[in-house]
Amino acid sequence: MTVAPSTARRVVVTGVGAVTPAGADAPATFATALAGRSTASPIGTWDTEGHPVRFAAQVTDFDPSGVIEPREARRIDRVSQLGLVAAEEALTQAGLAGGDAAPAAIDRTRVAVIVSSGVGGILTLEDQITVRVTRGVDRVSPLLIPMMMANATSGLIALRHGFRGTAFSLATACASGADGIGAGLDLIRSGRADVVVAGGAEAAITPTAMAAFARMGALSTRNDDPGAASRPFDRDRDGFVMGEGAGVLVLEAADHAAERGATVLGEVAGYGSTCDAHHITAPDPDGAGAVACMQQALADAGLVPGDVGHVNAHGTSTPLNDAAESLAMAKVFGADAPPTTSTKGVTGHLIGATGAVEAILALLAARAGTVPPVANLVETDVPGEIDLVRAEPRSIAAAPALSNSFGFGGHNASLVLVPDGA
Amino acid sequence: MERTDILDAVYDACVEILKVDKAELGEGTSFAEDLDADSLALVEVVMQLEEQFDLRIPEDDLDDVATIGAAADLVASHLAAA
Repeated sequence: MTVAPSTARRVVVTGVGAVTPAGADAPATFATALAGRSTASPIGTWDTEGHPVRFAAQVTDFDPSGVIEPREARRIDRVSQLGLVAAEEALTQAGLAGGDAAPAAIDRTRVAVIVSSGVGGILTLEDQITVRVTRGVDRVSPLLIPMMMANATSGLIALRHGFRGTAFSLATACASGADGIGAGLDLIRSGRADVVVAGGAEAAITPTAMAAFARMGALSTRNDDPGAASRPFDRDRDGFVMGEGAGVLVLEAADHAAERGATVLGEVAGYGSTCDAHHITAPDPDGAGAVACMQQALADAGLVPGDVGHVNAHGTSTPLNDAAESLAMAKVFGADAPPTTSTKGVTGHLIGATGAVEAILALLAARAGTVPPVANLVETDVPGEIDLVRAEPRSIAAAPALSNSFGFGGHNASLVLVPDGA
Repeated sequence: MERTDILDAVYDACVEILKVDKAELGEGTSFAEDLDADSLALVEVVMQLEEQFDLRIPEDDLDDVATIGAAADLVASHLAAA
């Protein structure tokens, strides 16, 4: 292990927000996760004729009008709209925005924003490439750049709320949401910020992105039964199901939260980050990078594997990830693996948002003492004999949770979340 | 093409793009001051007019367009030249 337990400022979570295929907010998403039913369905927003994959886990009936004026919405890609709405929920819960009461008076130059995305505003980019090809160069929208740029969501959240600390987005593909939380942890520990709005957003269910993910063999092709397609760790899994949505957490220095009397949901106690340096998309089958990552996160939190109450695995439902992750978990936890779930069976894979949404679900599960089951898990064939939660939610004692996220590029991120009182 | 038709098209573009009430608009309405429209929004409004009237208006011509009346004049001059 290369990380000693941190002795720096403790970092707590004072708000969470999520917009996902499983719900319009964090509590609804958690409730749907507990039910263990997939949310995948045929794509309804464009003609999928000729596409090898014609379904996804979509955010349907998304209504940002309570947060974004119609005029502004025209200028903001769906990915950032999802991020803004999730941020509003998290900041409202933290008492820093909206709601019935006046937002808490805090120093907004000490608030940072790190809300990332795997691919940014690709819906707008794809539309505008079509505009250029079919109608000409001078028909391209002047709004394309601010709508597609990968940092748009962080900039827009800062703009809306007047947060003037550092604001940026990072890019580690499907680990981006988790790495943003880890980077936020470091910003607070180092004293650069008192509050960090951290998370991820994604809206990449576009014709070209779907074709590309399908062409690389990453997606399930179970078009005849979308609800059974996302089946993490199941023997019959054949790829991930593309999802969309956003997850945002308000991270706050524990002393700062205490001083203003904020309600604490839990603590971000540890973060691990490694790279496989094995292949640009395939995980290292031995899971060495994932093992080191989980061990880093536990050491950072000052915990041993036996302290972990449950794991929210990356568990994409691809043959390669689930086998490598299971093996890595067995190496970290030995014979006493804690109850493990992958909520992607329900939500699909939210790419750059997934790490943030799953950190939220892991924290809510740890707080509730109830771990959601893995949807569609019937029979497993993964190595390592980890303790997968099947069919029904599993009751656990209040204990720290570990959430894993792994991204194309070989990026690994693990977070340790401790429910308040554990 | 009557000037009132052009003005009407500018109003419609403002209603659609800037989400404003048509009843609030007049020849003297300022994009920046009255409608809080930035330069990107003005480009969008003019793009819609270009589309509608099948025109190509150079970006440089937008520098002097501060009001709805000026936008209508710009379209009229390009229509006359077309």
